[in-house]
Amino acid sequence: MLKFVAKRLMSTIIVVTLVSISVFLIFAFLPMDPARLTCGKGCSVPVIEANRHRLGLDVPVQVQYGRFAKGLFVGRTYGEGAAKIECPAPAFGYSFNKHECVTTLIAEAFPVTLSLATGAFILWLLLGVSLGVVAARRQNKWQDKASTVFVLVGISLPTFVSGILIYLIALRFNLINPIEAGRWVSPFANPIGWLKNFILPWITLALAFAATYTRFTRSNVIETSSEDYIRTARAKGLSEKVILRKHTLRAALAPIVTIAGLDFAGLLGGAIITEQIFNLPGLGRLSLRAVLIDYDLPVIVSTTILAATFVVVMNLVVDIAYAYIDPRVRVG
Amino acid sequence: MKPFLEVKNLSVSFPTHDGLVKASNDISFTVARGETLAVVGESGSGKSVTSLAVMGLHNRNTTNISGEAILNLETGPVDTISASPDAVRKLRGKSMAMIFQDPMSALHPYYSIGDQIAEAWGLYNKGSKKDGLKRATQMLELVGIPGAAKRVKEFPHQFSGGMRQRVMIAMALVNNPSLLIADEPTTALDVTVQSQILQLLREMQKEFNMAVILITHDLGVVAEVADRACVMYAGKIVEQSAIDDIYYTPDHPYTIGLLNSIPRVDQLEGRRLQAIPGQPPSLISLPRGCAFQPRCAFSHLVPNNRCVTEVPLLEEKIVGHFSRCHLTEAQLVQARSAVGSEA
Repeated sequence: MLKFVAKRLMSTIIVVTLVSISVFLIFAFLPMDPARLTCGKGCSVPVIEANRHRLGLDVPVQVQYGRFAKGLFVGRTYGEGAAKIECPAPAFGYSFNKHECVTTLIAEAFPVTLSLATGAFILWLLLGVSLGVVAARRQNKWQDKASTVFVLVGISLPTFVSGILIYLIALRFNLINPIEAGRWVSPFANPIGWLKNFILPWITLALAFAATYTRFTRSNVIETSSEDYIRTARAKGLSEKVILRKHTLRAALAPIVTIAGLDFAGLLGGAIITEQIFNLPGLGRLSLRAVLIDYDLPVIVSTTILAATFVVVMNLVVDIAYAYIDPRVRVG
Repeated sequence: MKPFLEVKNLSVSFPTHDGLVKASNDISFTVARGETLAVVGESGSGKSVTSLAVMGLHNRNTTNISGEAILNLETGPVDTISASPDAVRKLRGKSMAMIFQDPMSALHPYYSIGDQIAEAWGLYNKGSKKDGLKRATQMLELVGIPGAAKRVKEFPHQFSGGMRQRVMIAMALVNNPSLLIADEPTTALDVTVQSQILQLLREMQKEFNMAVILITHDLGVVAEVADRACVMYAGKIVEQSAIDDIYYTPDHPYTIGLLNSIPRVDQLEGRRLQAIPGQPPSLISLPRGCAFQPRCAFSHLVPNNRCVTEVPLLEEKIVGHFSRCHLTEAQLVQARSAVGSEA
């Protein structure tokens, strides 16, 4: 098991490195000049060149990547003298737009996204799996049909529609204060405020994801129920409740761990639409603003690498979890 | 003393879009403790359907079941067909147990062998999980799995097919059931392993004094272990008797056909094996008369076309030997020898 984890950890590091190199290269060869973007229209060439030097963009791309990678471990300094800016390790770069180290920006945005993703994840797992199990157990009865309607609605409604609908309904019934909404409150400092802030975005995201999970759980439970080993469990004299809980669900939910892990990782990189609708200052909004409004290259590169890292690391977590669930994976 | 299991007029059918599938029809038999009854027939003849009905393993919402399957327990007789699902469940594993055809898929892949056996034990015994595992180890030793103490912690995928079937047997027997139904227990195994498993079943039967129903399509298996046999065709019992009578004086053309299709060491050298021509009938629209008539080589011997128009009854032609055929005993003697002479 330890060997398996070590091996997977090695390949995870390699993948993250490759991802960061590709992201870096893509942005290095984009037809835009980050130095030109650091100041307004009337900017003179010497100022631009000075900024280029300060940003570290006047050296070849491999050197830039080397500095970036080094910065991750030892921190990084931009400029000299009075204009010197220091970003401590792990330094993802410096945003001239926001006059802030990217690491600081990410550190501010990440708790928001983490809260959003975790809450939504728990909600949609509970909702999706329980609805799926009920639908499978009451196959072709009204409960099953009702869940089919839920699945269709959930899958067909994109979050930018359901999110706005939920937002509008909440506004209409004075459930949220549009000025307060979106202000980050820590769950440790103000749990009620945190809950109030996130409950609507959670519902929005959970609706979209739960539909898929309902369908997936339903078909897995139905399929597993006709397995020979379920008949064996019945022949042993186990009650239907125990068969469902111990035998059917264990096998039916194992594949859900995989997709759940990846969906969660995807959300950790930022839920762009939901964060935008509910004005949540998370990673999704940080990236979106960097791309659409600020052309803030260090931020774009950093959030992209971060999102990729989440996916790769989560993949590893899923693999380890799977080895615990399915003994056939463990050996070898 | 009454036999442990009495099946009376048991019929099982499944409503489908194409019509009612009469999977088994008016089945009656008995099995006593210490006795092995073989239920023989080809695929789709209703063998498994009948035994699943006895075990109460059919979905009652999608299956029509009538008749009785009475277990004569020490506490009194219980009919597993009419008893409540929960009452039947509490008989499973304890009073009646079942092992299945494919040991590859019949064990849960995520739980260790020990856990699965201990789970069955824990249903009817008070004790810790450790006690259960100890009992599981004993059972594995009993069914001849080498290194049981170590292997009890292993998972099904770490066992070979024959070993898994031993595990299934250990699991079925852990609560000392009075009736064991073995549904094609050796079909998925290769021949050398087959005889080991049959040997094991025979030993276990002696050890636990069980009534055993052995479901098989393999007459070789039947000869090896059974005391009596029921031959089934198209959902009905066509012949039922002590095992020697089945082999030496078969009283139904189907049984005669089956015996002619397998090699036997006690017959003339150079005899050609004969297949029964045709296919079994659809269970949705059975022939009006005898279900076997379209494939029967001797139905022309019966006057007035009775085989086509009249369903034969299961009759006791000789004491203890039942068959469902219009042929007279004299004609059957002729039928048996007719086949022999073709050699």
